[in-house]
Amino acid sequence: MDMKVKKKLALKEKFALMTRGLAWETSYEPMEAVYPQMAYEGLRIHNWDAWEDPFRMTMDAYWKYQAEKERKLYAIIDAFAQNNGHLGVTDARYINALKIFLSAVPMLEYNAHRGFARLGREMRGVGPQIACQMQAIDELRHAQTQIHSLSNYNRFYNGFHDWKHMSDRVWYLSVPKSFFEDACTCGPFEFIIAISFSFEYVLTNLVFMPFISGAAYNGDLGAMTFGFSAQSDEARHMTLGLEVIKFMLEQDPANLPIIQRWIDKWTWRGVRLLTIVAMLMDYMLPKRIMSWKEAWELYFEENGMALFNDLARYGIKLPDCTELIRKEKDHLSHQAWNAFYTAGMMTNFHTWIPTPEEMDWLASKYPDSFDQYYRPRFEHYRELEKAGKRFYNTSLPQLCQVCQIPMLFTEGDDPTQIAYRQVTHQGDKYHFCSDYCRDIFTHEPDKYVEAWLPAHQIFMGNCFNPGDDPSAAGFDPKKSVLDYWHIAFGRDNMDFEGSEDQKNFAAWRDQATRN
Amino acid sequence: MQIDLRTVAIEPLRLTFDHIARRLGPDRQPSRYQEGTLDIQPCDNLQYRPTWDPARQLYDPARTRIVMRDWYAFKDPRQYYYGAWTMARARQQEAVESSFALFESRDLGSLIPAETRHTALQLLLPLRHVAYAANLNNTAMCAYGYGTAVTQPCMFQAMDQLGIAQYLTQIGLLLGDSADLDDGRNRWLGDGRWQELRRLVENTLVQKDWFELLVAQNLVIDGLLYPLVYQQVIDKRLAAAGGVSLTVLTAFMNDWFSEAARWVDATIKTAAAESPANAALITAWIARWKQRASDALEPVAELALGESAASVMEHLNLALEARCARLGVPLAKEAA
Ligand SMILES: [Fe+2]
Ligand SMILES: [Fe+2]
Repeated sequence: MDMKVKKKLALKEKFALMTRGLAWETSYEPMEAVYPQMAYEGLRIHNWDAWEDPFRMTMDAYWKYQAEKERKLYAIIDAFAQNNGHLGVTDARYINALKIFLSAVPMLEYNAHRGFARLGREMRGVGPQIACQMQAIDELRHAQTQIHSLSNYNRFYNGFHDWKHMSDRVWYLSVPKSFFEDACTCGPFEFIIAISFSFEYVLTNLVFMPFISGAAYNGDLGAMTFGFSAQSDEARHMTLGLEVIKFMLEQDPANLPIIQRWIDKWTWRGVRLLTIVAMLMDYMLPKRIMSWKEAWELYFEENGMALFNDLARYGIKLPDCTELIRKEKDHLSHQAWNAFYTAGMMTNFHTWIPTPEEMDWLASKYPDSFDQYYRPRFEHYRELEKAGKRFYNTSLPQLCQVCQIPMLFTEGDDPTQIAYRQVTHQGDKYHFCSDYCRDIFTHEPDKYVEAWLPAHQIFMGNCFNPGDDPSAAGFDPKKSVLDYWHIAFGRDNMDFEGSEDQKNFAAWRDQATRN
Repeated sequence: MQIDLRTVAIEPLRLTFDHIARRLGPDRQPSRYQEGTLDIQPCDNLQYRPTWDPARQLYDPARTRIVMRDWYAFKDPRQYYYGAWTMARARQQEAVESSFALFESRDLGSLIPAETRHTALQLLLPLRHVAYAANLNNTAMCAYGYGTAVTQPCMFQAMDQLGIAQYLTQIGLLLGDSADLDDGRNRWLGDGRWQELRRLVENTLVQKDWFELLVAQNLVIDGLLYPLVYQQVIDKRLAAAGGVSLTVLTAFMNDWFSEAARWVDATIKTAAAESPANAALITAWIARWKQRASDALEPVAELALGESAASVMEHLNLALEARCARLGVPLAKEAA
């Protein structure tokens, strides 16, 4: 028999055989034809072998770990549903945060799933390919576990019932939709900077913390569990983000300005997207964890800064927009809640005026802004409400052409002045919330003129319920748009006070806690 | 805050989401597969032109010539969503792990005649690269396909193929060492026996129509390759030549192939049943790829089967033709 002693392989070598050892330089087809998306963004990659695998996981290990997590997660989801766990949340207002989550987040995860599938095919280098493929499958997991977890809430509460339809249509959901569709229509390198670096690495804690810790604080074991379960995947995704950026920067100095522009763009895009998270933290969690401002200071100004310091040796600079974000942090959540409260007729979730105790909490967390600018407004709304004239704004807001958020942000140095920028492109005027959204537009106007802005589409008549005739007598455009969105009037929208959710929750909880 | 809740029966307001209820009716509690799959892909009011494909939308049914009224007509008979898939694979993985451990601890490799082991290595190791290409191809189908019902199983298939490429690598290290892997790679790149297969595989890597790619890769190439290598060569020829223990190392590939074929068959059948135009396209695609695949595999088959390779290939071709006929895409009898 063959008695030669086998060379014992180190883990790293073995992993290399399991991954990069599988690939070869094609010769019957040119490599440029096999990887046609590698060149057009102008990035220079000289040596794919220099890629350092940020984590080393073979498929058998992947199956083993992930299945273990899935088993645990679905056991908890089942138990939560069986025991009416939804009645254990702090108060029914909390459930509205989950409605936003379901309408926005699984769609983001899904887009990430498909985007990473594209990169898993198009990146020329087995290391990044496999990392992207694993992320593609993880993101599908996230979408599905979120849908499965929140399915039970949909059985008992309004506003969840047609999240998929709404995610492609409703005005405020075009903000997350446009963010991810923007990323997914980018070249592979920009996509990975947008999602793996700016979103996952720089901003992910700011998304996770309010939803997941918020769920835990507010007695929602179900949402907390899928969140924590996803976070263990997130750890892998974040290391991928960092490895990608270092790899690209080390390959060629000419890559720096391209990457810097992408970081600037996607940090800003991401922060604008987080507006809704800011509002959620400060206004929608009955039991609060920390204020948006504190979260921003901790996760971005401290932790994020450490990251940028680390990248300084490659020449990467902190994006200019961080200065404006620093100024906005005192105002963001209040301005957003004001916008949603007044647009409460057009939302698939309920809004409300904070209680006096909650306003005191806001004042303590925002000593330089809340009492000065926002408390008077909210108290005014409360007076109107008491007089039976709850304020609803039903006019359509002007939207920023890039982030698609209504023009609600104020100038960095003047919180009484709405910021407003404008550009004329090929004879048409375009509007922006800020210098940074404007700059994104002027760099790629052909892309952003393609934006699907809900308010514009409504004015163009593209958002009426199919079958409704706008020329018919008695045509009610507002009703027709709500019908197009599938928002059930009086059930999904309007104030929390007096809502079906409020009444049902109170009655059910009473039933479940009575002896 | 911890609240003690008594178990009470509350009447739900609805059983599922509206987009599911519109398909299944409001009175049915959908399965997790249905709730996690149906209509999940964004499809309306898509924004921006993809910079990588400006002529089309981000999600665009026109990336194949197959036309469906409803892309959610596709169903995975295995009902795999992420959780179901990963748990099924984890169970299989446990079996593989213990087989490999047994093989190693009992030194079963030493009981295999040298020639049989040599043949196994010669045949299996270049196939790592074929499985890797199948991984890339299925990843492309997921990326560019339309509708979660068909793109989701493509991603599972992609990861399964990566798993197979890695199992083959482990088998190489069990039966031989890293020099054998290098040798397999060199044969894949330079040995005349493998070149038609490599040419075919490289041609699939530039195939743009994702459904044609699905037909070429998952129905035709795999449909010949898996029965040839794992059933005919390992389970029959090499098992009879003192290599019975090899069959435990490749059991996953056999189980996986017959399981995945259920999904492939359902997919082809649904697309073909949709319209005569679809059926004609698929039939033409099968015809385009089948002869080439068969010709490319024959010299590989000869490695292990010698002179009987031609008759085995003929048998496999007939079996594939019968399978295609069952799926509603019968190949026209070639004029002799
Ligand atoms: Fe995710
Ligand atoms: Fe903006």
